[in-house]
Parts: sequence; C-alpha cells; structure tokens
Amino acid sequence: MTLLASKAAPPVEQAAPARKTLARRLVPYGYLSPTIVLIVVLMVVPIVMVISYSFRDNVIVQENSVFAGFANYTKVLTDPDFLVAMKNTAIFITVSMVAHLVLGLAFAMMLNTQLLSGVTKAIFRIVYILPWLFTIAVIAVIWRLLLDPSGVINYVLHSLGLINQSVNWLGDPGMALWAVTFINIWSGYPFFMISLLAGLQGIPNDLYEAAAVDGTNWFQRFVHVTLPQLRPVIISMAVLDLIWTSQQFALIWMTTGGGPLNTTEMLSTYTYKQAFSEYEFSTASAAAVIVLLLTMVLAFFYVRQQRER
Amino acid sequence: MAVRSTRLKRVIGAVTAATLVAFVAACGGGDSDDSSAGGDVTLEFAQWWGAELPAGELDKIVNDFTTQNPNIKIKLISAPYASTKQQLVTGAASKTLPDVVGLDGAWVNDFAKQGAIADMSKLMTDANYDSSQLASQIQLEGKTYMIPVVNFVYPLFVNKDLLTKAGVAKTPSTRTEFLDAAKKITATGSDVKGWALPLDTAVPNGIQNDVMSWLWASGGSMLADGKPALQTAAVKSTVEYVKSLNDAGVIAPGSLTMKEQDKVEKFTQGQVGMMIDSLAHVTLIKKNKPDLKFEIAAIPAEDSYTGKRGIPYASWGVGISNSTKHKAEAFKFVSYLMSQETNAKLATLANGFTGNKNAEPDFSNSDPLFKEAFEIYKQSTPANEFVGLPKSEDLMRSFDEQLQLVLTGKTSVDDALAKSQESWASVIG
Repeated sequence: MTLLASKAAPPVEQAAPARKTLARRLVPYGYLSPTIVLIVVLMVVPIVMVISYSFRDNVIVQENSVFAGFANYTKVLTDPDFLVAMKNTAIFITVSMVAHLVLGLAFAMMLNTQLLSGVTKAIFRIVYILPWLFTIAVIAVIWRLLLDPSGVINYVLHSLGLINQSVNWLGDPGMALWAVTFINIWSGYPFFMISLLAGLQGIPNDLYEAAAVDGTNWFQRFVHVTLPQLRPVIISMAVLDLIWTSQQFALIWMTTGGGPLNTTEMLSTYTYKQAFSEYEFSTASAAAVIVLLLTMVLAFFYVRQQRER
Repeated sequence: MAVRSTRLKRVIGAVTAATLVAFVAACGGGDSDDSSAGGDVTLEFAQWWGAELPAGELDKIVNDFTTQNPNIKIKLISAPYASTKQQLVTGAASKTLPDVVGLDGAWVNDFAKQGAIADMSKLMTDANYDSSQLASQIQLEGKTYMIPVVNFVYPLFVNKDLLTKAGVAKTPSTRTEFLDAAKKITATGSDVKGWALPLDTAVPNGIQNDVMSWLWASGGSMLADGKPALQTAAVKSTVEYVKSLNDAGVIAPGSLTMKEQDKVEKFTQGQVGMMIDSLAHVTLIKKNKPDLKFEIAAIPAEDSYTGKRGIPYASWGVGISNSTKHKAEAFKFVSYLMSQETNAKLATLANGFTGNKNAEPDFSNSDPLFKEAFEIYKQSTPANEFVGLPKSEDLMRSFDEQLQLVLTGKTSVDDALAKSQESWASVIG
C-alpha cells in the first residue's frame, strides 16, 4: 500500500520535502532576523553612509553633493591640526593604558592579598572602585573644580610648600594634556582593577605553593606565576582600553575643549569640530573613517588574541 | 508532538516576520502627515526656552494659544541649548526640522543656506502682518529668516564691595578707568583678580561676549560691507587692550580653558571684581550668593569715544521650517509669540527685553537691576555682528586661537589679526 501510494503521487512527494527543507532552513534566520535588522539599521547603514560621505563634497549642507574621490582624505591628512590631534591621541591612549594597567594590577594585588582582613579589603574595594561609579560629566565637573587655579589641589600643594604660585593645570599649554590624561587614568583604572582581580582569584594556589617549594621569592613568583597566568586578561584589557580611550570625547570636551592652543585636541574632538562647528561633514566623515581604520587595526589584534585563547 | 512543534515554529516564524514588517514600517513612517482627523493641525515647536524659563510657564503660554486656536495643537520639544542646537543641525541636514524652531542668530545663515528654514517675509505678506512692530528681524539677502522674540543684553557687572575695598569710587566707564580699577581690585588680595575672560575653545562665545563687546562698545566694527575687516585700528586697539589687561596680570588665571559658567561662578564667589555677562544670570547670582553687592553698567568705551555705545546681545529667535506643510498655522503661532501681550509676558518671565517694540516687560516684581539694564539697553545700540554670519562659531574659534597665541606671547597682535583675517576671509570673504 505504501509503495503504491508513493508511486502514485511522486511529484507531490518530491515537492513537499523540498518546501519543508527550505522552510526549515529559513527558520533560524527568522529567529535571527530581529538582531540582523537592528545591526543593519544601527551599524551597517550609518557606517556605509559615513564612508560614502567621506568620498563626496559638501554633503548634508548641500542637496547635490558631488563625488570628490580622496580629496577629503588628502585635506584631513595634510591638516596640521589633524596631525597634532593624532599625536595627542597617541600619547593620551598609550599613557592612559599603561597607567591603568600598572595601577589596576597594583590595587588588584592589594585586594587579593592574604595579609589584610576581609573587612579592610571590602572597605578598600569600595574606595578604589568609586571613580568608576561617576559618569564622565560628573568626573569632568569634579576635576575642573579640583584643578582650578584657586582650587583644592593648588591649595594643598601651596600649603605643603611644593609650589609657590598657583598652577593652571588645564589652562597651561604645557600641562593640559598631562592633566586630562591624569583625569582619564583616575576615572578608568577601577575597570582594570576588577578584571585583574577576577583573574588573580582564578590562579590556582598550587602554583604558588609549588613555586614556594622551589625556593622562589615574592618577585620571582610574580614574574613567573602571576604575570603568565594573567597574560590573556592583560592583553585583552590593554587592547580594549586603547580602543575605548581613543574614543574618549566627553571628558576632553568638558574639561579643555581641545585647548589651550590645540594641546589637548584629540581625533574625537577634531572630528566633532569639523562636523558641528565648521559644518564640514565630508572632512568630518573622512576623519571618522581614518579613526575607524586605526581602531580596526587594534580590534584585529584583539580578535586574534581572543581566537588564540 | 513533532507536528505541534513544527506548527509552533511556523507560528513563531510568522509572528517574528509580522513584527519585523511592523518595525520596518514604523521606522519608515516618519513622514506621516501631521494632520489628524477633523482638520486639526499639530505643530512641533523645538526650543531651549522651556528649559530656561520657570517650570511649566512655556506650557501655559502655549495652552493660551491652543485655547484661542482650537484647531492647532502645539507639541513642545524642550531641551537645553546645546542639545537643541545639535538636534536642529541634524534636523536641518535631513530636512526634518520641527515645524516651528527656536533659533540663535548664529545659526540662521547656515540653516537658511541649506534651505531648512522658511522665508518669513513672504509669510508676513501672506498673513498681512504688520512687521513695523518688530524690534528687529534677522535677514539674509533681504529676506527674513528669524524674528528675535526675547533679547538678552550683556552689560558690565561690577562687584561693589570689591570696588570699594580697592578704593575706586566710580564704576569704570572708559577703558583707562577699567584697567585702573582692575589693577586696584587685583591688588586687594592674592586670590582676587580684576576681570574674567573665558576663552575655552569648545564653546568659543567668549570672543563675542567678552572680547568683541569692547569693540562694539566704542562703535567699532569687525566687518566692512559684510566682509571681515579685522586689521583695522579699532580691532587692533581692542585686542591690544585685552593684551594690556593680561600683561597687567588682572585677568583671572586659567582663562585659556575657562568656560562662561566658570566666569559667572568666579564673580559670584567674589574671586573677580568685574565681568561682562548676560543679564539672564542676575537671578542665578542672587540665588547663589544673596549678599553679593553688585551693579551693572554699560561696557567701558575708548576714552575719547562719545557716540552711542554698542551693547552685545543674544536672542531667543524663532523661525519656521521650510519643510513643514503648515506654514500658515506656524506663522500664526509665531505672530502670537510676538503679540504685545504674550511677548511682554515671555520677556518678563525670561528677564529679557521684548522683540515687539510696543511691548514692555513688567519690572514691578523683578529685581531693580532689570529696570536699570533696560535704561542702559535703551541708551545703547544692540550690537552683535556674529548674528547672521556663516559658521559663526568657527569664526569665533579661529579668532580665539589667535588671541590665545597673543596672550601667551607666541605671536604679535598684527600677525594674529592677519591670520584671523585670512581664515575669516575664506569663510565670508
């Protein structure tokens, strides 16, 4: 009977599984579609638009913009202000990352030590993590007040006899970049600290015991056990921090605005000024694409490192 | 069981697809008509005024309008100044500006050139509107694009206690008197300075309010026939004067990254004796430091100058989107804002001066300083040459950068003005 039936209606039998298979294949995409739509609308479309703007002239402000080739890129890459911004950004992100790492590791090790009681460590944990709880706007306001020529920092340094005259931390062209870098270090180290603390807590005690049995001192254990064990976390955090810090805009904008005399101009503030002050959306797009490419280089190392893990 | 689960999957798939279609439709549905059933019109009104007026006051003014015009509804979009600016810049670019927009004179040129805001001269003619009642109109090539609704002046604020302590009896009215008073105030204490000069480049309006105001006060101009004229004797003497104040050490430290709010804060705390600032800040200063004794005066002019003094001003302006389908209704709302009664009410609430010539703010319940400021305003000429210029913020910033070089001794006044002239000429030349 079954054999007969299958022989009697072969075309229907063949078409139905084909439809079924197609429908089955499409089901996963159905589930994925909300995410795909969101990624396309919120990421792909804007990125493609910015890239296309960067090759056109007078976009947005004029209705009929024309194709301009690499003119915007040439303009941006030969602009002395852009080169200054690039140099400042390189200093800002590198110093911030190194300081974040050193401070984060030092504090994480203090919080992981067995020399302190649980209560003491809990108190320090709260104190150390405080900067992370403030939003950038609050951090900018606090540090503007603290670093004001007649602010608390100058008062304390003056009282201690370390300075004779008030220092213009954010207003002095020679100081401003270091001042904003310091603020960024202060606001960002807790994230490193927490991640490294989690990493430290995951290192098996056996390794330290074995190293101790081998007669190593504290420093040798740090170099040969702690650092190798933390290596994946350190590399991931360092690369991520470089990417995040290179996008820091709000802190710079709210403390120095890129001044004085462009000494704190970053790629982010440069791009913003091109777009919203000069209304040069084409050059702003070109600058943004350059930043995107630079960031992608960092992202490439991050992804490769993650894959290795 | 297997059949049920397949069905379930199909149902989920269908629901997901339907949701997506709805989502995409919603995303693409931004161009829907503002009219609802029954011929009613809803106008969107984006501005920063609501954030600066006492809570709920703008709603009341708008409600009065909708009561008089039941077929027009107003949807207020209130945000702080900076957010409104960004929202309008992107709205102008994408031709999605709200129907009625609050405008700053500094934005008008760019928006008008983009074709984002409507020519209001035509709307006035169409509505038979009597424009002679308007105190001023911001025009471009003879067409009005913005009407100033409320004006705020920027007089000189003087801390009376510090002035008395410094042994200066008379409020300075000339540049020499000002320099002398600033020096004497600076000499009274280590943390006190004579004047504050905010030159932060993020928001470079210090060039307009605190630097060019000296030029305008002496009847000078930074433009000639609409083109930059920065290498004139008047501009040079202004920059040299600011430099002389800096050289004399009377300017509060940190001016290269100082923001407007820092200036106000330093004045409020008695750390600087004098500043040029918006009258709108009087309430804030009195609230933060009720016992601060201060007065306002016209900005000091050159010693030999006897003419009418220019006084910087900023406006809450209003414009109409070029892409709105309801221009006539939008203008009806604008003319309501400019009507004698409403305009006086708005100006009184905002502590500003009216955009309608016939309206007069009610000073009976406000600080006596406002009445005094109104007298100064009437005796002066409102001056702000940045209004209507293209990329005005960028012009201020490039001038700011050159001034910073002058103040840090990295360039001469002549070179700085030549560079500024060159960069301004590339924008408005």
